[in-house]
Amino acid sequence: MNDIPEGDLLVILRHGPHGNSWLREGLDAALVAAAFGQRVSLLFLGEGVMALLKDQQEGPLGQKGTQPMLEMLGMYDIETLLVDRRALSERGIEVDDLCVSVSLVEGEAIAGALAHHRQILNF
Amino acid sequence: MRYALLVQGGPYSHQASHSALRFAEAVLARGHHLATVFFYHDGVYNAARLSAPPQDEPHLLDAWRRLHEDHGTELLVCIAAGLRRGLLDEREAARHGKQGHSLEAPFELTGLGQLIEVGRSHDRLVTFSP
Repeated sequence: MNDIPEGDLLVILRHGPHGNSWLREGLDAALVAAAFGQRVSLLFLGEGVMALLKDQQEGPLGQKGTQPMLEMLGMYDIETLLVDRRALSERGIEVDDLCVSVSLVEGEAIAGALAHHRQILNF
Repeated sequence: MRYALLVQGGPYSHQASHSALRFAEAVLARGHHLATVFFYHDGVYNAARLSAPPQDEPHLLDAWRRLHEDHGTELLVCIAAGLRRGLLDEREAARHGKQGHSLEAPFELTGLGQLIEVGRSHDRLVTFSP
């Protein structure tokens, strides 16, 4: 995909929804930035793609879960969700398994995403 | 240039704080202005006022304080990440009915929005994560 929109902030998410709080705190930063009027895009790399799986449960692990936050992204006008195609295929995940609509990127398009944003926060 | 640092690693657990402080020294030695350090994620523990490391180890808390005293660097701590992890200044401690407080000036509890503002208003924002 070559039509990555320009943006103010790219938030890179590299951790899954459980086991640590990187994903939650990264999404928090993205939502706050959007609330402050920044044009925010998300880039899911590596384990970060697990954040997007449908039908996630919450509670048993004592964590609040992050799926409700993903469902709120649209309300905050965060519509550019870039996902590393290779990270999905390495984990046997299809686009239909994901809970939100995303754009797949790989290789140079990932570098392009970094170049298209003025600022990057990496979680 | 006006620099800001984002520190996301806990002190004495990860290299992040040490590297951030070394970078801070280098920035200042080059004549730049280190305007702000923002602490987020486990980085908020850097602000723990009762930190008491052994004498033969670097005193990270004092090193952060010195940045403020000598260079006016603002030391901002994300309030949401801080409260969850037990880092409360006197005001928050009173508000939450807690005895004692764990964070004090020159560290300052502030909203995550401030991190976004720091990113906009400084020439460089450099992240130190575990």
